[in-house]
Amino acid sequence: MLSVRHLRVEFPTRHGTLVALDDVSFDIAPGEVLGVVGESGAGKSMTGNAVIRLLEPPGHIAAGEVLLSGKRIDDLPEEHFVPLRGRHIGMIFQDPLTSLNPLFSVGDQLVETIRAHLPMSEKQAREEALRLLREVGIPAPETRLDSYPHQFSGGMRQRVVIALALAARPEFIIADEPTTALDVSVQAQILALLKRLCADHGTAVMLVTHDMGVIAETADRVAVMYAGRLIEIGPVDEVIRNPQHPYTKGLMASIPGIAKRLERLYQIEGSMPRLAAIPEGCAFNPRCPHAQQRCRAERPDLMPAGGSQAACWLHDPVDPLPLRQDLAGEEVSHVR
Amino acid sequence: MLAFLIQRVLQAIFVMFVVALISFSLFHYVGDPVLNMLGQEATEADRAALRAQLGLDQPVVVQFWNFVVNAAQFEFGISYRSARPVTDMILERLPATLELAIISAIFAVVMGILLGIYTALRRRSWLANFIMTASLIGVSLPTFLIGVLLIYVFAVELGWLPAFGRGETVRLGDWWSTGLLTASGLRSLILPAITLGLFQLTLIMRLVRAEMLEVLSTDYIKFARARGLSKRVVHLRHALKNTMIPVITIIGLQLGTIIAFAIITETVFQWPGVGALFITAVRFVDVPVMAAYLMMIALVFVVINLVVDLLYYAVDPRLRAQGGGK
Repeated sequence: MLSVRHLRVEFPTRHGTLVALDDVSFDIAPGEVLGVVGESGAGKSMTGNAVIRLLEPPGHIAAGEVLLSGKRIDDLPEEHFVPLRGRHIGMIFQDPLTSLNPLFSVGDQLVETIRAHLPMSEKQAREEALRLLREVGIPAPETRLDSYPHQFSGGMRQRVVIALALAARPEFIIADEPTTALDVSVQAQILALLKRLCADHGTAVMLVTHDMGVIAETADRVAVMYAGRLIEIGPVDEVIRNPQHPYTKGLMASIPGIAKRLERLYQIEGSMPRLAAIPEGCAFNPRCPHAQQRCRAERPDLMPAGGSQAACWLHDPVDPLPLRQDLAGEEVSHVR
Repeated sequence: MLAFLIQRVLQAIFVMFVVALISFSLFHYVGDPVLNMLGQEATEADRAALRAQLGLDQPVVVQFWNFVVNAAQFEFGISYRSARPVTDMILERLPATLELAIISAIFAVVMGILLGIYTALRRRSWLANFIMTASLIGVSLPTFLIGVLLIYVFAVELGWLPAFGRGETVRLGDWWSTGLLTASGLRSLILPAITLGLFQLTLIMRLVRAEMLEVLSTDYIKFARARGLSKRVVHLRHALKNTMIPVITIIGLQLGTIIAFAIITETVFQWPGVGALFITAVRFVDVPVMAAYLMMIALVFVVINLVVDLLYYAVDPRLRAQGGGK
């Protein structure tokens, strides 16, 4: 469905080129939900923006390729790419309050989107807009069609945004933190709605979030990003129950659980490096309890590890690094 | 809506009242007009008679009341200098000023918006950079200098356009004389209109550019692009409408300034408008004309502000909504 191959995104700046995404590869199958997690600045949103080609200049794709249904789309000229947006690749942004143009009624915005992609008359498009609003659960859509965005609540606005993103029935949707700006009580409704609609239409989803709870609930597979690199990818249950990369282990251990009451939450020492100062070898090595000589020199690619894939020399099929024994015991206590 | 309108109209009336007070106070601070009008040979009896005729012998409060009542009916008394009704003198001159102001406003608004959009969308091109640099000249050069330079280049050196006056005019209806229907009238209009509009043009252009750049970086523009709308629709429908909200206010205020600033341009080009009339009135301490001019300019500003408020209402649905969210 969607294939990303060795994607690299660069930002030329006055102080040299920043590599925002480095060698990112993944696939999404039709109807699949891929969760993308990581800290702020890890490159999650950047990946989504690169796929739909809405990177803020001067950011640009420097290497790699993006294939949609087997066809390369990253090298299309802009005028051929524009019709793909909305029709084949949709996108939902974080903040529903600012995603809608305040000066146009939701009906206008729906109709223009529908008519940009589908051969419909104004009247047919309005019918279709009504149907979409009904589908995303807006009560009394007939009366809301001519309302303006400020007349809707946050949750209702995100429903409108979803209706807009799905208006031309794209096969693939990038949802960039779709629930982060919403009240907790509304988050679950919106997620359930998104999941149901995409399952109904067979839409594949790339769900970008920093909330592992959202991933656990919604995603089929999960990709973990760190400092612009993909470091682990696998089925949700595997990655959550049996994380393979030391960073993922730390990430899982640092999630507060209601069931297990630890005295203190686990913390990963240090912080993610700035893009201008990504270390040699494995980007995580300065913070990794298992880091050894090889990790500081050579960069690991994704390799099979447990039920998933991880970019870590601990899992080298030929010559796996030994775990440091003095740490092994402590670590186990943090993992479920 | 109605409450809003009534509130604004009341404010406008209050402003006009204050301006009337200021205009009226002119009569008492710029000397005794009777001495000027009658000359040295007049007798004391003559002076008293004229004073009574002009109503200057009554108490100040009564004089002010009369002034306001008359002003409300567009009566501003008799010119001290030419002994003609001030209203007639202004009406005679008004078409020239209004035509000049309207043409330069259209020039400034149309060119300002177009250039603003262009420089925002192509902000890295050399032409956009050139326009931005050139606009600094428009902002920083004083109007009279621009006028004199234009006259030097296009009237004196090249001889393409007339250097002064209004050309031939045609009478429309009872009192409106227009220069828009004759070739010489139109040719005479070009230089003064550019002179008067250039400053506003650069101002509007820079404002449109800044607002447009800000709007282009918003989430709803990004989302509009992600929905697959064409560049044209995103820029000219979604971005431009949002850009226009602050721009409308400034354009409104600038229209008032154009009429007020016409004084300088009219002087440079010897344009027979109300601005030139005002300058002459100042020279001869013709207080009724000065007071009438002040009131007229104030009225123009007040009316434009009112219209701008209503336009805001028409453009922005958030203001229209009553009790529907924030």
